[in-house]
Order: sequence, then C-alpha cells, then structure tokens
Amino acid sequence: MTVADFTFYLFSVVLLAGGLMTVMARNPVHSVLWLILSFLSGAGLFVLIGAEFVAMLLIIVYVGAVAVLFLFVVMMLDIDFAELKAEMSKYMPLAGLIGVVLLMQLGLAFGTWEFSQGIDARLGNPTPPLDQAHNTQALGLILYDRYFLVFQLSGLILLVAMIGAIVLTLRHRADVKRQDVIAQMMRDPKTAMELKDVKPGQGL
Amino acid sequence: MDGFFSTTLGLMTIMAAQSLLVIGFVMVSLLFLVYGDRKIWAAVMMRRGPNVVGIFGLLQTVADALKYIVKEVVIPAGADRPVFLLAPMTSFVLAVIAWAVIPFNDTWVLADINVAILYVFAMSSLEVYGVIMGGWASNSKYPFLGSLRSAAQMISYEVSIGLIIIGVVISTGSLNFGAIVNAQDTGWGLFGWYWLPHFPMVFLFFISALAETNRPPFDLPEAESELVAGYQVEYSSTPFLLFMAGEYIAIFLMCALITLLFFGGWLSPIPFIPDSPLWMIAKMAFFFFLFAMVKAIVPRYRYDQLMRLGWKVFLPFSLAWVVLVAFAAKFELFGGAYARWAIGV
Repeated sequence: MTVADFTFYLFSVVLLAGGLMTVMARNPVHSVLWLILSFLSGAGLFVLIGAEFVAMLLIIVYVGAVAVLFLFVVMMLDIDFAELKAEMSKYMPLAGLIGVVLLMQLGLAFGTWEFSQGIDARLGNPTPPLDQAHNTQALGLILYDRYFLVFQLSGLILLVAMIGAIVLTLRHRADVKRQDVIAQMMRDPKTAMELKDVKPGQGL
Repeated sequence: MDGFFSTTLGLMTIMAAQSLLVIGFVMVSLLFLVYGDRKIWAAVMMRRGPNVVGIFGLLQTVADALKYIVKEVVIPAGADRPVFLLAPMTSFVLAVIAWAVIPFNDTWVLADINVAILYVFAMSSLEVYGVIMGGWASNSKYPFLGSLRSAAQMISYEVSIGLIIIGVVISTGSLNFGAIVNAQDTGWGLFGWYWLPHFPMVFLFFISALAETNRPPFDLPEAESELVAGYQVEYSSTPFLLFMAGEYIAIFLMCALITLLFFGGWLSPIPFIPDSPLWMIAKMAFFFFLFAMVKAIVPRYRYDQLMRLGWKVFLPFSLAWVVLVAFAAKFELFGGAYARWAIGV
C-alpha cells in the first residue's frame, strides 16, 4: 500500500464517519462540527486526485463561510430535538410520498436523457492536459472563456436570490437608536458641549 | 545513506525534519515576538516592561509558558468538554500548518504548491472555528458574545483580504508564492516590489490583517471593558496558552504575507546587495513592530464602526481596485507594472 492509497482510505473513512456522525449526533452544534470534518476530508480527497484548486475553494467557501453561518444559526436557536423528532414522525408518510415522487421524477428525467453530438470527445478532454495548463488556469479558461455567458447568468441568479432575501428581511425600525458615523465625525466642541460658569452656592 | 533517503520512509523522515525546522523557527520567534510586543508596548507607555527573568527579561516568555503549562486546567461544569478542549487545539494547529507553504528563499519551502496563497487564505479563514467553538463550549454569556463578534468580524475582513490578494495574483499570473516574489524582482530593487503599483492596498491589507487576527484596535472579541476577556474568559492553563500562541503565530503569518505579497519576500531592497532569507526575516520583524505600535497607540474601535469600515469602505474600494488592476493588466498599462507575466519578469 503506497502513501497515496493510505491517505485515500484515511480520508474516505473520516469522510464517511463524519457524514454518519452529522446525522447521528444528538447535539446540533456537534452535527455541524462533524459536517466540517467531512468537508475537510472531502477537500483532502480532491487534493489526492490532483484538483487542488477545487479543494481549496471547498475549504474557503464551504468550511470558511457557509459552515460558519450554519454554526451561527444552530448555536443561536434553542431547539429541543426530542420534540422536533416527535413532530417529525407525524409527517413521515407525507415525507415518504414526496421522496418517492422525487425519485420517480429523477428516474424519468435521466431515463430519457440524450447526449449531444461529440460528447465523448468533450467528456474525455474537459480541460487541457496538466503539462500545458495547471488546473487553476484550466478552470479559469472554462468558466470565463468558454462558458462565460452561462457563468454570468448563474451569478445573476444568485444576485436575484440575495436581493430577494434582503428585500424580505429589511425593516427600518423607528424605535432603534442608530449610529450616524458622519454626524459623529462632524461634531466639534463648539456644538457638542456648552461651558457654564457655576457660581458657588447658586447652582444652575 | 543515499539509498535510504530516496525510499518512502526516507522521504518521510526528510519531510518530518523539515517540518520540525519550520515549527522550531516559528516557536522560537514566537517566544521573542511576545517579549518584543510587551517591550514595545511598555516603551510607548514609558514603562520598563519585562526585565527580570534572563538578560533584559529575554526569558520572560519562557517562564510564562512554563507557568501556564504547570497550572491546573479548569473546565467549567456546564462546558461541553470535547469541544472546549478542541477549540484551543484547532486555533493553534491551524495557525501552525499555514506555515507549510511560506517560502523563506527561492527553494526554502516545505510544500511548493500551485495554490499556495489559497491554502494560506483557507487556513486563516478556518481559524475562526477555534474562537467560535471556544465561545460556545464555555457555556457562558461573555465568551459566547465574544465568539459571535469574532466570527462576524473575521468573515467580514476575509472578503477584503481575498480581493486584495486577487489584485496581486492578477499582476503575477500565479498563485504560487515563489512566482509572486520572483515577479517583483525587476532589477529596480525596492521600487519593483508590489507596494508601489498596489500602493493603497498595502494599507488596506495591513488594517484587514489587524482585524482578521483580532488584534487591537479591532480586538472586540476580547474587549475587556465590555466582555471581560471575550471567548477566553473560561480558559486557563495550557488551553489558554494554546489560544494565545495561536493568535501570535497568526499575526506573524500575516507579517509574512505582507512581506511576500507587497515587499518582495527575500529580495534585497538595493539591487547590488544579494537576496537572502535574512531580508525576509528582517521585513517580517519590521511589520511585527508596526503591529505592536498600532496596539500601543490606537484606541479600540466600536463594533458598528468596525462593520461599517469592513463592508462600506474596504469592500467597495478593494473591489474597484481589482477591476482597475484587471484593466491595467489586460492592456499592459504603465509599462506592464500590473502585468508582470507580460513583460517577462
């Protein structure tokens, strides 16, 4: 067994165990931490197949940003999981039905899937070989040159989703004191304070 | 002997020895950095600072570390034990493993990978977990508030750090530190380094680095006047030592990053003086001096000011800078100062 094999099995086992514990852990914060462990081992597997750019992006985006938000939400919510599970079992038949319908839809979609002409050549060589361009470069060429329009469109969809979320949650509350930094910087002693000459025994 | 070092076991031995060398360098510098930090801080306040243990108090940090280690580890009764102990380890280990890709000379680097800068960025974005886990697992109000602040703060400033790095990467055409430093070797000495073409970004990066490492004036996660000591409140003994060591190593890493990205790494500032790793170490020490001076001089920010600075000032500015740099690189403006790959440096 070479070192690469050993690390492959190590990462795979950790990935599977992490995934399993994500589902099994009783404490939701522990679940998220196990999920992070699976992400990290996934990144390790990406490095092993030579996709180092994707591995780093997985860590930066999923572990560094998305999982932090998960953790945030889970830590702030006071969820009683036992109650939630009891509630969940009530809807089990409905959930099962929806699952079966989704599975059938996927089956229908992929059953009648047809590939375009010359797909074999394109699938065989998705990127230029490694000695011509390393995979950061190759990915950049694919995303920003060949599929530029599609990439930008998917970005637009995300933008719409973001604006939607902001519009839905943005409320200007009148009863909150806001900090106006410009006004704070513009204040000077002349307007901000007043000197009073207090005579002894008289007060103001 | 030659045969042994080409076998798998031999290669692993070499790797382990090299890793130990780097860790040793980082740990020894850590001892003197903490000492230097306190000494500079004291000098600004016209105090003496540590001066009892060893000559000039040089061994003060060693004595402190020993004291932390031999003390009892106190774990709060309501704490989540595994996560509570995992947090400081995460913080420390992540700070140390980022050094694997930092080069000190053309060939002096543990792992010369293509995506080195992304690796460092990923590791520094993971450092937030130590703080979040520590704050949550302590099961107490102040640590939790501190960790929430820290998470929001680190994520906010990572965005602008990422954009600033993209500017440098566009100019170089590579994510490798060696390539980035060699692209700054134009024969003009210190005027060829990236600080000149990327001038405003040096300041933005420095300030973002302060925020990213929870260093004053952005040390809101542990603001003692509001949160006692933030996420570290419940920590004592070795776990606390690990947190503190991790913090200082992360700061030193940021010094190394500024040096590599904007100040030419191991290149010498004057063309006829040879390049050497000593330049790199001198530059890092200088930036650590600046970090220490900022800590001594600048008062702490308010939290809303911090967020405003990150999202409303740094983010638009660094984003606009990326667009400008991309434009200047594409059309090779200013004699290719922004497109080092095009002028064959």
